[in-house]
Amino acid sequence: MAKTLYDKIWDSHVVHEAEDGTCLLYIDRHLVHEVTSPQAFEGLRMAGRRVRHPESTIAVPDHNVPTDVNRAAGIEDEQSRIQVEALRKNAKDFGVEIFDVADIRQGIVHIIGPEQGLTQPGMTIVCGDSHTATHGAFGALAHGIGTSEVEHVLATQTLIQKKSKNMKVEVTGTLPVGVTAKDVTLSIIGETGTAGGTGHVIEYCGEAIEALSMEGRMTVCNMAIEGGARAGLIAPDEKTFAYLKGRPRSPKGEDWEKAVAYWRTLFTDEGAHYDRVLTLAAEKIAPVVTWGTSPEDVLPITSTVPHPEDFKGGKVEAARRALDYMGLTPGMRLQDVEIDTVFIGSCTNGRIEDLREVARVMEGHKVKDGLRAMIVPGSGLVRAQAEEEGIAQKLIEAGFDWRMAGCSMCLGMNPDQLAPGERCASTSNRNFEGRQGYKGRTHLMSPAMAAAAAITGRLTDVREIA
Amino acid sequence: MEKFTKLTGVAAPLPLINVDTDMIIPKQFLKTIKRTGLGKSLFHEMRYDDEGEEIEHFLLNTPAYREAKILIAGANFGCGSSREHAPWALMDFGIRCIIAPSFADIFFNNCFKNGILPIVLPQEDVDKLMDDAERGANATITVDLEEQVITGPDGDTIAFEVDPFRKHSLIHGLDEIGLTMEKADAIADFEAERAARTPWLAGA
Ligand code: SF4
Repeated sequence: MAKTLYDKIWDSHVVHEAEDGTCLLYIDRHLVHEVTSPQAFEGLRMAGRRVRHPESTIAVPDHNVPTDVNRAAGIEDEQSRIQVEALRKNAKDFGVEIFDVADIRQGIVHIIGPEQGLTQPGMTIVCGDSHTATHGAFGALAHGIGTSEVEHVLATQTLIQKKSKNMKVEVTGTLPVGVTAKDVTLSIIGETGTAGGTGHVIEYCGEAIEALSMEGRMTVCNMAIEGGARAGLIAPDEKTFAYLKGRPRSPKGEDWEKAVAYWRTLFTDEGAHYDRVLTLAAEKIAPVVTWGTSPEDVLPITSTVPHPEDFKGGKVEAARRALDYMGLTPGMRLQDVEIDTVFIGSCTNGRIEDLREVARVMEGHKVKDGLRAMIVPGSGLVRAQAEEEGIAQKLIEAGFDWRMAGCSMCLGMNPDQLAPGERCASTSNRNFEGRQGYKGRTHLMSPAMAAAAAITGRLTDVREIA
Repeated sequence: MEKFTKLTGVAAPLPLINVDTDMIIPKQFLKTIKRTGLGKSLFHEMRYDDEGEEIEHFLLNTPAYREAKILIAGANFGCGSSREHAPWALMDFGIRCIIAPSFADIFFNNCFKNGILPIVLPQEDVDKLMDDAERGANATITVDLEEQVITGPDGDTIAFEVDPFRKHSLIHGLDEIGLTMEKADAIADFEAERAARTPWLAGA
C-alpha cells in the first residue's frame, strides 16, 4: 500500500501495538533541557530506575542561561541556577552527555541537534519542548513531550502513542523577492489557525519548500506546533544529505553510504492518502507580521490592524482582548506601529543563515537611535561562525548588541525580558501575552523584517529597504 | 498517579478560546524542580495585579469558584508549550477535569499523565455547561469516568468519549513506565532488529 513519509517512519518504530491502536514507539534520539527534565530524573531516582540509553540522549541548558558575554559570572537568579545545576548533576549521575554553559557547542536544543548531526532522517526524536518539531526538516519524526513522557523515554527509550492523522501542506511555485521561510510558516498558520493541525502530522512539500535551504526548512517545521500539529515533516533530499555530511555525530564511512541509501527511501509514495490537504501558492505569500497575541493573528505588512467585528464566534472577544493587550487601534496601518526593541534569535531564526540575512538588510544602515536591538545566536558555534565570516563585526557596528547563545528573549526565563508595555519586533515563534516579559508586546516576523524594523523604528516592509 | 473515577464539584466557566500554556502558568514559575506548589500561580497574569494582589473579579478569586474542581473552557485549550507545569498547576489548584470543544495535543496528553481528565464535547454541549457553570456555587457537576457521563446541576446528562487505554490508566492510577518495562523483551528484540537494519543508529 502507498505510504506517506509519516507512515513509513511510524511503521519502522512500532515496538508493540495493542488492539485499540495504542502503540509503543521506539525513540532514536532524546534531547533534554533544564526546564522540563528535573522532575523526570527525580522520578527515575525515586523508582530506582536508570536511563536505558544514555548514548542516545543529550542534555543542554538553554532556557535559563543568561546571554551576557561574561559567562564566567555564573547565573545570578537563584532558581535558574538551581535548575541548571540540577541538569548538570542529573547528566553526570545518569551518564548523559551534556553541552554545558562554557562549551562552545552549547545553544538552543533545537539548533544544536542538527548542527551536531544528532538529527537524522528517518529517526524518531523527542524532547520536553514543543518546538522539537524543528527536526522534522530532516525527515525525522520529531515532537514535543511532557515531563512524564521525558521520564518514560529515559527509562524505556519508548513512548506510548497513538498514530496521528496525515496532513499535507503544499506550497507551489516560487516565493517572491523579500519573502522568506518565516513568512511561509506564519502564512500557513494564518490559513489553518492555531488549531488547524491538531491531531495531525504535517508534511510540507511543493516547489517552494524544496527550494528552501535546510535552515529555512527548519524555520517552517519549527512552527508546525503553532499550527497545532505536534510534528512537521519535510522529505530528505540531496540538500539534507549535504548538510549532514561530516557533522560530528553523522554516520561515517560505510555507515554513511548505508544511511544515505536508506534515507533515499524516505518520501511519500505516489497515491498515498492524506486526511487533509492544504495548498498555498508561493506567489501569493507576502512579508507578514503578527498584530495580536496568537500566531494566527498574522497579516501582510501592507495591511491595517483588523476590527474585532471582522471575526466570527469566540474570535471576536479574543481579538478585542488581543488589541487591548497590544495597545493597537483597529484601522491603523501596521507600518505605523512603532517599536522599542528588536530581538533576533530563537530556535525559529537563530541560525547562521538568519544572521547573514540580517547583515544583508543592514548593509549601509544603522539601528535607529534609542532602540534596543539584540542578536542572540542559536548556539556558540553559530556565534563563532558569524564572527569568522565578519558578520558579527558588521552587526555590532550597525548598533546591535551581540550576545551569547540561548533562548534569551524568546521567553524571558533568563534576564532578557521586555518591560511592561514595551513593543518588540521578534524573530521568535510565540506572541502570547507575557511571553517575552510581563505585559510585553510581541510582533512576530522574519529576520529580514526585524532588521528593517531596526532601521526605521517601526514595523516596516523590508522590500522598501533591501 | 492519582486515580480518577467519579468527581463531583463546582465547575468554573472560562469562556476564552486559545487559552495558552503561558496563560495557565507563566514562565517565571517553570524554574521549579518540583511538581507541587504551582496552584497559587495558576493563571497568574489574569489572577493578580501588578502589586501581586488578587484581582477581585477574576473568576477563580471569587468565593463561589475558589473550590472549583472542573473548568469549562473555549476551543484549543492548552495550546503552546509542552510544559507539564500547566496540568501540575491546575491539579495543585484542585482542578481535576477540563471540558472544552478542543484541546492542544501535548496538553491533552499531559493531563492524562497527571490524573486530570480532559473531555472534548461538541460546542453546543460546552455552551450548555458554560451556562450551568455561570451559576456560581450552585454549578455542581458530576463527571463519572467509568460510565462516561456528565450530570449537570439540573440532573440532565451528557455522554462523552474517552480513549479506552487512557481511561483504564486513569481509573486505576497506573504507573505507565512500570507497564512499559514489562515489555522489556519486546523492546530488546526491536533493538536487535534495528541494529541490523540501521546499524548507524545502534549506540549513537
Ligand atoms: S528558543 Fe524559544 S521556542 Fe525555542 S526552545 Fe527556546 S524558549 Fe522554546
